[in-house]
Amino acid sequence: MTTLRRRLVPYGLLGPGLLWLVLFFVVPMVFMGWFSLSSGSLESGWSWTWAFSNYTDAISEYSTQFGRSFLYAGAATILCLLLGYPLAYAIAFKGGRWRNLMLFAVIAPFFTTYLIRTIAWKTILADDSPVVEVLKFLQLVPQDGRVLATSAAVIAGLTYNFLPFMVLPLYASLERLDLRLLEASKDLYASARLTFLKVTLPLTAPGIVAGVLLTFIPAVGDYVNATFLGGTNQSMIGNVIQAQYLVINDYATAAALSFSLMIIIMIAVVLYIRFAGSEALMGDEEEAK
Amino acid sequence: METSPARPDAERSGSPAAAGDGRGSVELQGVTKKFGTFTAVDDIDLEIGDGEFFTMLGPSGCGKTTTLRMIAGFEQPTQGEVLIDGQDVAGLPAYKRPTNTVFQNYALFPHMTLEENVAFGLKRKKVPKDEIKRRVADELERVGLSGEATRKPAQLSGGQQQRVALARALVNLPKVLLLDEPLGALDLKLRKGLQVELKKIQEEVGITFVYVTHDQEEALTMSDRIAIMNKGRIEQCAGPEEVYEKPATTFVAGFIGVSNLLPARVISGSEVAIEDGPTVSTPDAAGFTTGEELFAVVRPEKLEVSTPGQAPGDRPGIEGVVESSLFLGTATQLGVTVADGSKLTVLVPNASEEERQRLPGGGARVYLSWEPEHMHLVTESPGEDGTENFQPMQTQDQGDQTK
Repeated sequence: MTTLRRRLVPYGLLGPGLLWLVLFFVVPMVFMGWFSLSSGSLESGWSWTWAFSNYTDAISEYSTQFGRSFLYAGAATILCLLLGYPLAYAIAFKGGRWRNLMLFAVIAPFFTTYLIRTIAWKTILADDSPVVEVLKFLQLVPQDGRVLATSAAVIAGLTYNFLPFMVLPLYASLERLDLRLLEASKDLYASARLTFLKVTLPLTAPGIVAGVLLTFIPAVGDYVNATFLGGTNQSMIGNVIQAQYLVINDYATAAALSFSLMIIIMIAVVLYIRFAGSEALMGDEEEAK
Repeated sequence: METSPARPDAERSGSPAAAGDGRGSVELQGVTKKFGTFTAVDDIDLEIGDGEFFTMLGPSGCGKTTTLRMIAGFEQPTQGEVLIDGQDVAGLPAYKRPTNTVFQNYALFPHMTLEENVAFGLKRKKVPKDEIKRRVADELERVGLSGEATRKPAQLSGGQQQRVALARALVNLPKVLLLDEPLGALDLKLRKGLQVELKKIQEEVGITFVYVTHDQEEALTMSDRIAIMNKGRIEQCAGPEEVYEKPATTFVAGFIGVSNLLPARVISGSEVAIEDGPTVSTPDAAGFTTGEELFAVVRPEKLEVSTPGQAPGDRPGIEGVVESSLFLGTATQLGVTVADGSKLTVLVPNASEEERQRLPGGGARVYLSWEPEHMHLVTESPGEDGTENFQPMQTQDQGDQTK
């Protein structure tokens, strides 16, 4: 009796969450899968026709947006890493008693909604804004140029919005780093630069992997930044899916695009993790090989 | 007493850049280290000879680790100079110093195999590949871990990790090897074994070892010389026998084993009067001025127990009451309270069951006597109270601090 009950406990704990996921993730996915292989229209209704052409048509028609999404998300992820690593490093090691306050500052933007923050960026980057005036004065932007509705604006917005997702896992892995290992490295004739490359970086690789995934995956599917900060030439795959669903009401194409995006991201992530999990990123000491 | 032992032959198989050319002496001149308003190390002078096994011993917070870190280059002294091999190393970062450290918790790189850990320093020094391979293999063999070369540190036991840490430092043939409580995390049995091994390795490679510990037994077992530190100062620096037999201060006497301290006063160049006790003639008194208040030290095993009135006549002694009796296996430990209220510890070797039966029990009056040559005079430590196992005697006048 008691052993039976004990054996049931894990299932009891899993139950509610599992049910939630089945209802709100698996069921819609099944519907979407059904739509993606159907043909028809909102008026005439949809029917299951094994319409694989939905996929081939969608991908060939929107390959530009697919490519752009990965390019923008990739650029934003790299920028987040370049900005986030020094930031997390400084908070973890130089923060002292300001550490918690600085961490709070990193997540403080979350207290405002994503939409409002992105719209605020639209104001900041508007053609007659002081920021753009300064950039023009510094000759970073041509006199007749604009910042809004450019790739740079979209990438900047993505970088801004996803930076905390990069900083937090990086901070977690840096904070756990045993500082005595850095001393040991210096004791064994490694300069500060070599200590960073041979000890700090490999030991914080899990944080980098987590940060990159948390930044890249949502950034690829994002459409808010491209909507507010980009022009027609900056639309990402998220914008296309959104338009297909809500404006054009072509559910079949929208579902096929969603599934394609999901599969491409999954392939990219698996490849990335296999690479990241390999010796190449985990601090291989056989550098000369 | 300042002589360091002759450096054993430093030749090692397969190591052309052997330490033979290195003179691993360390010198500290007036070194002070302050952290904010706290003085961790207070105006220390030290000379450590080439090839010496030198130990810094003291309770936690006495400044021994800070001193070690200043030699390693992890800390810069606030004042004073550190010389390694006669060279002033001021401002030289750790990675440019001819020293290597064995850290307290080993600090092995968890993402590298044992081989890679041991090879780390040699790679940074751009030693040719074949040589690295050979020296790493030799070093792992020395510490008995050849079979584990490709494992990660997490797969090893504490004792094995300790050996890797030693190998990782020694493979570089530093002029000076710094060891920060390297055996502190191990259990007693393993520690004893590794003490012997460490000493053997040190004699074999002939590298100067500067060893930090709070374990007085460890210090006595391995060291050529010991510096006993307290509150950022060195209280005494001498060989193990001298530190044990002739402690310089109450702190040293208390820290090196259990000591019995009897308040006393120098009454002439050859005599001291023990408070509430006899006047004893001792050559030690010549080193102090007449009238000076100090302490007489007698080690627990040097006290002899007898019944009052039946004492051997010519030996100095003091009467007391047995408070406790503790069987320790090889000896019995008696706690005796003497006339002025201070407690003395007596160790009686357990020769036989019969002999043990004859020992006085609790409440019995006893006479404790000792040979005058086993009594030693110490001054009170500048940093008054010492460690847990040292209880300062009740003295009316603590005013005159010596040194």
